[in-house]
Amino acid sequence: MHFSMTNEMMREIIMDHYQNPRNRREENDETYKTVFMDSTSCIDKIYIQAKIIDDRLVDVCWHGVGCAISTASTSIMTELLLNKSVLEAEDIIANYMHMIHEEEYDPEKLDEAIVFMNTSKQAARIKCATIGWNGMKQILGDDDHE
Amino acid sequence: MFDVEKIRRDFPMLRGLQMQGKKLVYLDNAATSFKPYSVIKAIENYYYNCTANAHRGDYDLSHEVDELYENSRAKVAKFIGAKRSEVVFTSGASMSLNLVAYGYGVKYLKENDEILLTEAEHASNILPWFKVAEITGCKIKYVPLDEDGRLTLENVKKTITSNTKIIAVAHVTNVMGYIIDVKSIAELAHQNGSILVVDGAQSVPHMKIDVKDLDCDFLCFSGHKMCGPTGIGVLYGKYELLDKMDPLLSGGGMNTRFDMCGDVGLQIPPLKFEAGTQNIEGAIGLAAAVEYLENIGMQQIEQYENQLRTYAVEKMKEIEDITIYNSKAETGIITFNLKGVFAQDAASLLNSKGVCVRSGQHCAKILMERLQTLATLRASIYFYNTKEDIDIFIEACKKGGDFLDAFFND
Repeated sequence: MHFSMTNEMMREIIMDHYQNPRNRREENDETYKTVFMDSTSCIDKIYIQAKIIDDRLVDVCWHGVGCAISTASTSIMTELLLNKSVLEAEDIIANYMHMIHEEEYDPEKLDEAIVFMNTSKQAARIKCATIGWNGMKQILGDDDHE
Repeated sequence: MFDVEKIRRDFPMLRGLQMQGKKLVYLDNAATSFKPYSVIKAIENYYYNCTANAHRGDYDLSHEVDELYENSRAKVAKFIGAKRSEVVFTSGASMSLNLVAYGYGVKYLKENDEILLTEAEHASNILPWFKVAEITGCKIKYVPLDEDGRLTLENVKKTITSNTKIIAVAHVTNVMGYIIDVKSIAELAHQNGSILVVDGAQSVPHMKIDVKDLDCDFLCFSGHKMCGPTGIGVLYGKYELLDKMDPLLSGGGMNTRFDMCGDVGLQIPPLKFEAGTQNIEGAIGLAAAVEYLENIGMQQIEQYENQLRTYAVEKMKEIEDITIYNSKAETGIITFNLKGVFAQDAASLLNSKGVCVRSGQHCAKILMERLQTLATLRASIYFYNTKEDIDIFIEACKKGGDFLDAFFND
């Protein structure tokens, strides 16, 4: 489906996740790992949470404030990574980052997240489209501080 | 005669550059300004023809730099109606405010003393005072703003007490854009035995300033917002206050003698505050900027910007989907939102139309609670902007409902 997806469809997916974000809730359960992501250049303030049992992301959620792009990209990420193994999650995140930075990637692995394929054309939005994803990298212990 | 088309030819950044394939419309002048050729040439001249250090004048070249540097100070002093000895070069308004906070505030404030601020201040006129409170145990109080978000003399009167030692406020705030009555607040402060520190970062570039008439005790501003280079700014202070406060940095050039027992003799102001090799190109560039602005005339600049602002606000009011937060302000700062569009998404939309505006909390994070919004957009005008710039900006705002267009480059 990916290559036939029109801008109009991508726009609808982003708006849908912006207006009805998935997995947006706060978990006070201490078995969840929590990472707080904020930005000096914009007002995005996002908490990413994940519960990992036996190297599997059995729950993923987030809360906070962000623009349309950061909200939708984080929402889509949580759906995509739920119930994936840590290795699978890392692979999906790596593919997503490659897409954002116009490198080679496998669109099949990104499902709805490919709606952000145009981000590099609006360089100022790269931070918005990756804030949640970078938070998840930190949770998975794969933070290279980029 | 104010001829904006002639003025625009003085700026290399206005030679027809594009952003996102569209004519560049720069409306982020409250963040920084473009530089005219004359400023760039003055800096170039220092590096091409007379590079040497200042205040080391053992040879002709160094003497020449010395003169350039000190003449720059004299030019800037005259521009704000100060004496040469009252103008300290800093890296910008932030450093100037820090210098007053640490050099005067930390030295003279005690527990139970009070510093008055407003919730509309820029971070650089709040955070240094937090440090003063932390170090000395003094208290920070906020003068309430009126319903339009303006600082009034009445409210300063209501908040000031016999413990108030410092009032630190912006002449023009970077979000609301109102001009405050510095002269009356200075008079009130002095009757009360307080000193008045004025953040002039958003006022000095846009209006005629006379520190003797305003009678403020300190005035802080940056060069880069007034057509000068980055990394240079000014702390104006009344001489007797500069004389009794401490420098922020110690080192070469600020002392007259020192011995191994730690006995140090300091230079008199302003050299006392200028340790180490100074930003010589910055000072020279700032003086060239001052000269450029004076040639146009600060009154003409203020008048033109006011007309352009009025034009922009009238046009914006015709669009139902725009909320303006400071329609009554006098300066070129217009703070607004496109209804239903998160500020950053809207800024991104405007970017796709070639228009530069700032989104966010504009370094005045506590003000946002008052405006009841998480973030705003800010368009800020300078004298080289035109009605055409405003028209392009307005057309771009009309597309607010389709803000994701920007993301798809439609």
